[in-house]
Amino acid sequence: MVYFIFKRLAQSVFVMLAVAFLAFSLFRFVGDPVSQMTGVETSVEDQERLREDLGLNDPFVLQFARFTGNLLQGDFGFSYRTRQPVAEMIVTRIPATLELGIVALLISLFVGIPTGVYTALRPRGFVTQTILMTTLIGVSIPTFVIGIMLIFLFGVQLGWLPTFGRGGTVQLGGWESSLFTVDGWRALILPALTLGVYQLTLTMRLVRAEMMEVMRSDYIRFATARGVPMGRLYFRHALANTLVPVITIVGLQFGGVIAFSIVTESVFQWPGMGLLFLESIRFVDIPVMGVYLVVIAFFFVLVNLIVDLLYVAIDPRLRIKDVS
Amino acid sequence: MKEFLKRSEGVWLFIHSPAAILAALVALLTFIGAAFAPWIASVNPYDLGSFSLFDGLLPPVWQEGANPKFLLGTDDQGRDMVSSILYGARLSLIIGLSAMVIATVLGVGLGLAAGYYGGRFDAVVMRIADIQLALPAILTALLIDGIARGVLPADMQQDLRIAVLTLAIALSLWVNFARTARASTFVQMQKEYVQAAIIMGQRPIRVMFVHILPNILGPLLVIMTVDLASAILLEATLSFLGIGLPADSPSLGTLIRIGMQFMLSGEWWILWIPTLFLVALVVSINILGDFLRDVFNPRLR
Repeated sequence: MVYFIFKRLAQSVFVMLAVAFLAFSLFRFVGDPVSQMTGVETSVEDQERLREDLGLNDPFVLQFARFTGNLLQGDFGFSYRTRQPVAEMIVTRIPATLELGIVALLISLFVGIPTGVYTALRPRGFVTQTILMTTLIGVSIPTFVIGIMLIFLFGVQLGWLPTFGRGGTVQLGGWESSLFTVDGWRALILPALTLGVYQLTLTMRLVRAEMMEVMRSDYIRFATARGVPMGRLYFRHALANTLVPVITIVGLQFGGVIAFSIVTESVFQWPGMGLLFLESIRFVDIPVMGVYLVVIAFFFVLVNLIVDLLYVAIDPRLRIKDVS
Repeated sequence: MKEFLKRSEGVWLFIHSPAAILAALVALLTFIGAAFAPWIASVNPYDLGSFSLFDGLLPPVWQEGANPKFLLGTDDQGRDMVSSILYGARLSLIIGLSAMVIATVLGVGLGLAAGYYGGRFDAVVMRIADIQLALPAILTALLIDGIARGVLPADMQQDLRIAVLTLAIALSLWVNFARTARASTFVQMQKEYVQAAIIMGQRPIRVMFVHILPNILGPLLVIMTVDLASAILLEATLSFLGIGLPADSPSLGTLIRIGMQFMLSGEWWILWIPTLFLVALVVSINILGDFLRDVFNPRLR
């Protein structure tokens, strides 16, 4: 167990180093940092001095080490575009994206798992066929179109919900949350739905496939013959055995949610990290792009680490294997 | 003989699947419309002289105040919607198809080699694939696009926009091909015909492409179809985000982006007709992909 955790931690550190290297390469080799930071009127001597100050003349390895060291201390450099510290820009945007992503993920799970179970248990029913056809279309509709459709229906035609921004927010320490105001929740519904729908179809299809597989197995047949009540059979015996792949997909979906939040945030003008990333691409603001990657990778690694630990908690077989 | 049976079975399944027929029809019509856009379309939406502001914001023919010359109405610049969509679909398909082809060649090549040689080469390719798989395609494409913006000189950016976009999409889609090709190659490597070919002293390239490749085409064909849909979606998304094609050479995504400005006013057709068109195209290709998967994998039927 300890060995397992240690191994996963080492892997995570390696992934983070790889991403840091990518961010560093972006900063160092895409365009010239000095010419980005200075104007046309800066003299050549000043440019050279800046180059020396930034340590850009040092050996490559040393530069990377310094870059990583700075990252660890929370010093993420300065934006080319706004001249602000990148750390500040990103940190103020994190809550918006995380709240949106987590709510979307919850929608995906709380709707996806029950419908997945249902469609697996009644594979030939009319409702199942309708749901399956809808999800096939749902997968084919791009996220931004889903967003536009929701805006049009609930924002423009019915006028029920706001179509941009976060609504009212509350400061909790450094965390700007929109989960504590009615206004904030109203603003959150449409973007979270937009972001959740695609993940929902994935969750549903996976749960359905796993469930159908499990329902065919001998122990379920035996349990049926033994007269285990249906509810207990489905949810205790069958569903429990589909949890491992479902947990895995949640870990992977988190990455998807964060990435697609770029699109959702753009449609709804949601002031999160995705919108910032998009702006930084448009203006070739390399430091922001790099740090965005590092932050995203950090969350991703963290979630997958937790998922791996959950495996052991969920699946007793893994614990036994570990002992032997 | 076996191949023949399989094919006739595919035909049989096709004839008996209304969804597949409809999807094939939609896809085919779009392909033809896009390929012959310059001959079908009444105006060239890139040629500023071919349309006039006086025709601006006309509704489709079934609505009041329409001009029968413009079947699906016009946008604010007076561009005919039919022509815009045909040219937009043309760009979307050119980018989608080229990206898919590049991804196929790259992915299948690497996958075949990884499956054939195994060992360290295989490990390296698959690690790269794993890392990339953790990054969603859209993030990869955005990143590559961002890098290209930083690396290319400003005056070349406009000219190379389509190439950059294609490459960004291709590089974010190759992983699927590589993984499938590798897995199938592993299976084929155990077969006697491959062993025989190797023992006969044929060169690895020949064994890979002449002997193994034809036997793993089935699953690859399915991925090609699905990835074509993904490529078209990716391009539309990037263009919608304003990272893809600019407004003077609009793809379907750009058209939708432009149409967004008219959501609040009454000109619904500028937004919804390109949107509907894009969705219909992608849904059709996905249905065809699902159909092909069923044909090549009888276990799923």
